[in-house]
Amino acid sequence: MISFALTEEQTQVRDTLLSFATSELATRARSADEARLSPSELLDTAWSLGFTALSIPEDCGGGGAPRSLVTSALMLEALGYGCAGLASAAFASMLFVNPLIDLGSEEQRLRYLPEFCGEKRRAASLALHEGAPAFDPARMATRAMRDGKGWVLTGTKRLVPMGEHASRLLVLARASDAPGLAGIRAFIVDSDATGVTIARDSGTLGLTAAGFARVELAQVRVPADDVLGDGEGADIRPLLASLRIGGAALAVGLARAVIDFAIPYAKERVAFGEPIARKQSIAFMLADMHIECEAMRWMVWKAAAEADAGRDAAKASVLAQDYVNRHAVRIADDGLQIFGGHGYIRDLPPEMWLRNMRVLTSHDAIAAA
Amino acid sequence: MVDFSLSDFDRAVLDGVAAEARVGEKYARYYDEHEDEVLPKSFPEAAQFPPIQQRLRGRPRDDTPMLLLQVLMRIEREAHCGVPLRQAPTALGNAALGAAGTDAQKARWGNLMLAMSITEPGAGSDTKAIQTTARLDGEEWVLNGDKIFVTNGVRCDGAIVWATVDKSAGRGGIKSFLVLKGTPGFELVRKEKKLGIRSSDTAAYAFRDCRIPRDHLIGGDEGVPRGEGEGSASYKGVLKTFNMTRPFVAAGGVGKAIGAFRVARDELAKEGIAVDFDDSRHARSATAQTLLELEADIEAATLTVMHAAWLASDGMPNNLEASVAKAKGGEVCRTGPQRAMDALGAMGLSHDYQVEQYLRDGRIADIYEGTGQIQRLVIAREILGYSSAELT
Ligand SMILES: Cc1cc2nc3c(=O)[nH]c(=O)nc-3n(C[C@H](O)[C@H](O)[C@H](O)COP(=O)(O)OP(=O)(O)OC[C@H]3O[C@@H](n4cnc5c(N)ncnc54)[C@H](O)[C@@H]3O)c2cc1C
Repeated sequence: MISFALTEEQTQVRDTLLSFATSELATRARSADEARLSPSELLDTAWSLGFTALSIPEDCGGGGAPRSLVTSALMLEALGYGCAGLASAAFASMLFVNPLIDLGSEEQRLRYLPEFCGEKRRAASLALHEGAPAFDPARMATRAMRDGKGWVLTGTKRLVPMGEHASRLLVLARASDAPGLAGIRAFIVDSDATGVTIARDSGTLGLTAAGFARVELAQVRVPADDVLGDGEGADIRPLLASLRIGGAALAVGLARAVIDFAIPYAKERVAFGEPIARKQSIAFMLADMHIECEAMRWMVWKAAAEADAGRDAAKASVLAQDYVNRHAVRIADDGLQIFGGHGYIRDLPPEMWLRNMRVLTSHDAIAAA
Repeated sequence: MVDFSLSDFDRAVLDGVAAEARVGEKYARYYDEHEDEVLPKSFPEAAQFPPIQQRLRGRPRDDTPMLLLQVLMRIEREAHCGVPLRQAPTALGNAALGAAGTDAQKARWGNLMLAMSITEPGAGSDTKAIQTTARLDGEEWVLNGDKIFVTNGVRCDGAIVWATVDKSAGRGGIKSFLVLKGTPGFELVRKEKKLGIRSSDTAAYAFRDCRIPRDHLIGGDEGVPRGEGEGSASYKGVLKTFNMTRPFVAAGGVGKAIGAFRVARDELAKEGIAVDFDDSRHARSATAQTLLELEADIEAATLTVMHAAWLASDGMPNNLEASVAKAKGGEVCRTGPQRAMDALGAMGLSHDYQVEQYLRDGRIADIYEGTGQIQRLVIAREILGYSSAELT
C-alpha cells in the first residue's frame, strides 16, 4: 500500500534529532569548520542520545529496534539540517555498526556490537575511497589476498571519516576475480593492527569537521572470520545502497537548511526599492529550490522504503543518489547567489554550505542509512 | 508507514490499464494525421476490456488511496502513445460543476459532457483579466465575448464559461455560467490545429448577445465581493478543483516522458547499450548516463505527483504540493522525450518510433492548467508568504 505517512516513532526520532541539530550542531558548525575538528564534548552529547545503539539487537546489548532505512534517512536528514560535517563526525560509527547489523554473521554481531552499546563513546568508520581520480568501487586497488585461512590486506584508503579516532574500520577491498562489485568484500580491521597506519588526510573543500583520514594498509593480516558476513563474506551491494541513501539524506537536510535560511533574507534584503524576493528571478529560484528539495526527499524515501520492504534497493538508491547529487549542489549554489557578496563572506553559512554540499555529493561513504 | 509497494490487486488493475492503452496505439498515427476527425465514443476493441469500475470491484478499502491509484492509472495510460478506446463521458467542466454547482445544478447537468472555457485571446495565465461579460437582463444573463482553447469544445454538450458581471470588481466580479450548445448567440468558431494531442479537439467560441436563463449561474450566488484578494465563491470553487486536476495533468506529462524513455531504453538495449546499476558514474557511457538521469527525473516527478494525490486523498491541503507536482510533470514532459531523442540519435526523429509523437503530445503538460511559470509563482507565494498582489 502506497503511503507517505511516518510512524509515530519516526516522527519522534526525527523531531528529537531536529532539535538537537538546530541547538547543538548548527550553533557549532562555523567554529568546527574553521577548526577542522569536531569538539569532543559535542561528540559525547551526540553519543548520549543513544541512536547508534538503537537498532543493535538486544542480545548484543542494543535497543533492538527493527532496522529501518527510512528511519535512518529521516535521522540523517534532520542532522544534515543542523550541520552535515558535525553530523558525519558524530555518527561515523554507524558506518561500521549498521553494516554489521545488516550483513554481519551472528558471531560477528555478538563480538563487535556490544562495545557500541555502552555509555562511553566508541568511534568506528568505513574505508571506501582511494586516491585514483574517477574512483570506481568495482575497480578499487586495495586487495585482500588469501593467506592460509585468513586474509592479507594491502592498499591505501583516502577520505575516511573520523578515521583517526576510529578503533575499528570496515575496509572494502577486492577479494576475488569475480567481475565488478561481486569481487569486493568488506573486512573488519582493528585500527591498531600491525601494518595499519592512520593519519590525517590532506584538507578538503568542505565537511572539514568530519575528520577525514588516510589509511595505509601494509600487509595487514585479517582472520578468516573477519570478512563481513558468513563464510566467504557478504555481497556488499546492500551496503553501498545504504551509503548512497545515507549521504543523500544528509544532502536533503542541508538543502532544506539552505532554503530556510534564504527565504527570510530574500524578504528582508531590499534592492531597487523592494525586497529581492519580489523579483521573479529570485522568487523562482527559491521555488525551484523548494521543488527539488521535495523531489530529492521522496527519492531518498523511495530507495529507503525499497530496502525496508525487503527488496533490492540497488537501483532505487542509484537513482536517488544521482538525482540528489545533481540537484543538491544547485540548491546550495543558488542559495549562495541569493546572498550576493554577503554569501561569499565567511560570516554567514552559505559559502560553507556550498563547500559541504560539494563533498556530500561527491563522497560515497559519508553516512550509512 | 512509508511504503511504495503496490498491492497485487492494484498491480493487476494497472496492468489492465496498460494492456488497454497498448491496443489504442494502433490508432495513434491515424488520428495524429487526421486532426479533423472526431474520435468515436468507443472503438470495437474496447469490448475486450471491462470498464474500469468493474475492474475495481472488490478492491480492499485499506489499500492505496483511490486518488493515488487514479493518478497512477493516468500515468500508465499516457505512457502509451495511443488514443483512448473509450472516450470519457465527462470533461473539465464537469469537475467545476461538481465543485461549485448547487445540488440542483449537479442533478440537472451532471450527466452532460461539459467543457471548461476560461481562456480568451487576451487573457490566459492572468485569468482575472478576462473580458467576456455577463449582464443580467430580467430573468436572463446576456453573454458577450470571445473564448479560445476550449478542450473538448467541439464534442461537448455545453461549457462552463467564465465571464465578468462587473469589471470594476476584478476577481470578485468573475462568475461561471453554463451555456448549452445550440443556444442562440453561442458560436463554435473553429477547431485549432495543434503540435500534438490532435485527437483531443480544441475549440474557439464566440458569444454575441447570447441569452441564458438566470439559474445557469453556477453556484447561484449573484453577490459581488469587493476588495483585495476577493474572489466569488464560484471563482474560488473552480480554482480549488485545480488542486485536484493539477496532479492529473502532471501525471499526463510524466506518462509521456515514461513512454519516450521506454522506447529509448528498449531500442538501445538491442544495440547493447544499457544502464548497469553496479557501474560507477565514471564507468558509464554518456548514453547510459542519459538514460539513468532520465529515469531518475521521471521517478522524482512521479513521486511528487503521488505525494500531492496522497495528501488530497487524506483531506490535507495540497495547494503547494499540487503545484510542485505540476511543475515537475511539466518539466519532465519537455525534457523526457527530448533526452530520449538525444539518446536515440537522428533516428529518434523518425516516425519509425513514437518518440517524436510523445514529444509533441507531452509538451502541452507544461502549458495548460497553469504554465510552469505560473506554478512557480504559486509555489513562491506559498513559501514566501506573499499574496498574489505582492508577487506577480
Ligand atoms: C491544447 C490546449 C488546451 C487548452 N484547454 C483549455 C481549456 O479547456 N479551457 C481553458 O480555459 N483554457 C485552455 N487552454 C488554455 C491554457 O490554459 C492557456 O494557454 C495557458 O493558461 C497559458 O495562457 P496563454 O496561452 O494566454 O499564455 P500567456 O498567459 O500569454 O503566457 C505567455 C508566457 O508568459 C508566461 N507568463 C504569464 N504570466 C506570467 C507571470 N505572471 N510571471 C511569469 N511568467 C508569466 C507564461 O508562463 C508563458 O510562458 C488550453 C490551451 C491549449 C494549448
